[in-house]
Amino acid sequence: MFKPSHFAAVLLFALFASTVFGITMRETPKRMVRYGAYCFVLFAGSAIVLSWLMYFIAR
Amino acid sequence: MVEPQNTSAAAVKSTSQGFVYLPLIVGWLVPGAGHFLLRKWGRGALLACSILGMFVLGLAMQGKVYAHSGDILDMLGLVGDLGTGLLYFVSRVLGLGADAVQVTTADYGTRFIVVAGLLNVIAAVDAHNLRTGRKPL
Repeated sequence: MFKPSHFAAVLLFALFASTVFGITMRETPKRMVRYGAYCFVLFAGSAIVLSWLMYFIAR
Repeated sequence: MVEPQNTSAAAVKSTSQGFVYLPLIVGWLVPGAGHFLLRKWGRGALLACSILGMFVLGLAMQGKVYAHSGDILDMLGLVGDLGTGLLYFVSRVLGLGADAVQVTTADYGTRFIVVAGLLNVIAAVDAHNLRTGRKPL
């Protein structure tokens, strides 16, 4: 059984989802890579920000 | 030597023949196959790796594969799972995936499987858009 940590699961999810988003939402390879990277940063970044918010709310 | 304009014209001509919905249907049944059909090898391979990877990791995390039930949330999960096309039917036939979520990672796995299905639908629609010319080849 594969048991990733919470953060590893977030990174895997972000990697796969942003790859598909990049390819399907843009037309040229350069723009696909840029949009994919943008989505990846947004996925991972928002998870980190929300995690810290929940950490402070719970205290 | 073939000029670039002639190559693109030939590609447009070759994609304007045949059944328009074939890349959509094939892309839904097999992740990435819609793009392979349109000779978009790189894009198809990346889409196939992403969607298959997500589905397989979801199963490896003991994620739940939804079956028909009366619960509305289960039905929404089933709709998402059906997006994976043949992968869903094969996993059901082979009895892969957990019947019930028992650990935290299994809950992640369930989401991975559902999202793999939804991403596959997006990829199949993209293949259809390439086929119809709505998105440039």
